[in-house]
Amino acid sequence: MSDTTTETTMEVNAEARRILAVSISKLYASRSQRGGLRLHRSLLLSLVMRSARDIYHSSVPPAEPMDTSPEEPAELDLESGPQPDETSAELSLTARGGAHREEEGEPAEDKENQSPTRCSRKRRGKTSVAPHFLPSKRARLEPGEERHAALPPPPPVSCRIGPAESLTSLSLNRVIPAC
Amino acid sequence: MDKHFGTSGGVGDEIDEVQWCFSQVKGAIDDDVADADIISTVEFNHSGELLATGDKGGRVVIFQQEPESKNQPQCRGDYNVYSTFQSHEPEFDYLKSLEIEEKINKIRWLPQKNAAHFLLSTNDKTIKLWKISERDKRPEGYNLKEDDGRYRDPNTVTTLRVPIFRPMDLMVEASPRRVYANAHTYHINSISVNSDCETYLSSDDLRINLWHLEITDRSFNIVDIKPANMEELTEVITASAFHPNQCNTFVYSSSKGAIRLCDMRMSALCDNHAKFFEEPEDPNNRSFFSEITSSISDVNFSHSGRYMMTRDYLSIKIWDLNMETRPVETYQVHEYLRSKLCSLYENDCIFDKFECCWNGNDSVVMTGSYNNFFRMFDRGYRRDVTLEASRENSKPQSVLKPRKVSSGGKRKKDEISVDSLDFNKKILHTAWHPLDNVIAVATTNNLYIFQDKLN
Repeated sequence: MSDTTTETTMEVNAEARRILAVSISKLYASRSQRGGLRLHRSLLLSLVMRSARDIYHSSVPPAEPMDTSPEEPAELDLESGPQPDETSAELSLTARGGAHREEEGEPAEDKENQSPTRCSRKRRGKTSVAPHFLPSKRARLEPGEERHAALPPPPPVSCRIGPAESLTSLSLNRVIPAC
Repeated sequence: MDKHFGTSGGVGDEIDEVQWCFSQVKGAIDDDVADADIISTVEFNHSGELLATGDKGGRVVIFQQEPESKNQPQCRGDYNVYSTFQSHEPEFDYLKSLEIEEKINKIRWLPQKNAAHFLLSTNDKTIKLWKISERDKRPEGYNLKEDDGRYRDPNTVTTLRVPIFRPMDLMVEASPRRVYANAHTYHINSISVNSDCETYLSSDDLRINLWHLEITDRSFNIVDIKPANMEELTEVITASAFHPNQCNTFVYSSSKGAIRLCDMRMSALCDNHAKFFEEPEDPNNRSFFSEITSSISDVNFSHSGRYMMTRDYLSIKIWDLNMETRPVETYQVHEYLRSKLCSLYENDCIFDKFECCWNGNDSVVMTGSYNNFFRMFDRGYRRDVTLEASRENSKPQSVLKPRKVSSGGKRKKDEISVDSLDFNKKILHTAWHPLDNVIAVATTNNLYIFQDKLN
């Protein structure tokens, strides 16, 4: 590989990482927005994040260790925090779904049997090897909340029956299935 | 009257010859903008006599055009405040622990049927029907009570009189006549009144509901694109509108840049479209942020009903309803931003939702941009102009000078470079009088009214 190509690849890689970092911080910020998570905005953010992640992985120079690749989507899931709103639960599951697909496609690194001299940092658990572009302060899930976030949403009885989604709509309104 | 449209068919009339002049500006002057004062929607009524604005604080302000003065027949009347009322209040969804913003997302006027005016206003979750009526008389001369309302001692009543109406100072009352609540799980982005004047639709990110104006406790769901598994969500609804004269037809746009036209006669559930409008992506323009920039932020039928216009982040597209494969016209609003998408993503501007509008005879379209610029595109003469809404050009009847943005290296005199644009000054909402060359342009917290120069 020529020097120019390697340089370009590294630039692309750095850019993709930066965009990933920006996107994740936007996702965090939107959780505290008035009016709640906006589905449209969250969807667009997740599309950009997915593109950035794909480019990041496809442009990783061969010399760099791939220690962050299976971790990072899982990190997103763990760090999503409690999910009162269904949209954020759905997004974290999307990220997790992405992780599953990714692990199938790439040979996983055998981290457990790596030589300890490769990584000089102390390992305190999965979260300590997070990519450096993630925010330094992370909300940690309590064990109970983690279980809750990991559960898939129950399949709806019918997409059309609105009252299932909100207690308020049950009592005051009926969205009639038009069939 | 042709001259008022400027571009319709008057001999030699071109958009260059229409000179736009400042008419009025409404709103606070100071630079410190209160969040609640941010204008979130602007809409003329069907006659153009009334102009409604909604803001982030949940208020609606209606301006009324004064009748043309007999002394100055060439001068159009000013728009003055007619009514102000609090349409929506902040609410709290206790189940989801979420605050529901009071911001008015859309206002739509109903066609006028009697002396009163009716409009629909909506926030993220609730739509309301408001009646705006005038009172200029009050009854006087009651037998059992005084004029100030105090009851008279019945023993002092010795004669009977018939109460009569006497003139009083004009009072404009706004009263909520209907509240259509609890039908949207996601955030409402559009409302549109049907040409039958009895029904209207409301759409959120995943569903479209059909309402009857008289009935508030139920609505019909006519489009539902929510996937059974939300992990498979790839597209949301971004805007919707009823056809202006076919009561069975409506369209909805998506975050993927597609528009679906639905016919309610085909089936009760309009999940399957009758027509699908999408332009294949130009591979040269493909970028990291293509998925964001192709998301449609507004869709509008022409007054004729033959065309529809869509606005995405960088362009306006005009579609012929008879041709689904590509738009008949495409106008680049601010192409110089294409190379700046990464910065615009970082400062969130790439998520801005610009609206667009037609003029009365569908010959010109208008939309907003940054730096308080707004753009007009003349479809017939293929010309466009960039104008600016600013207090600096706010002398009465002063003609607006066309602006130009230079994207390249060499900047000509009077041109503004892309890097000097103020991205905090954005024009998202514009409206065109249905019958005249009068436009309303909303900057962050000010409403500008411009009109064409009458000779």
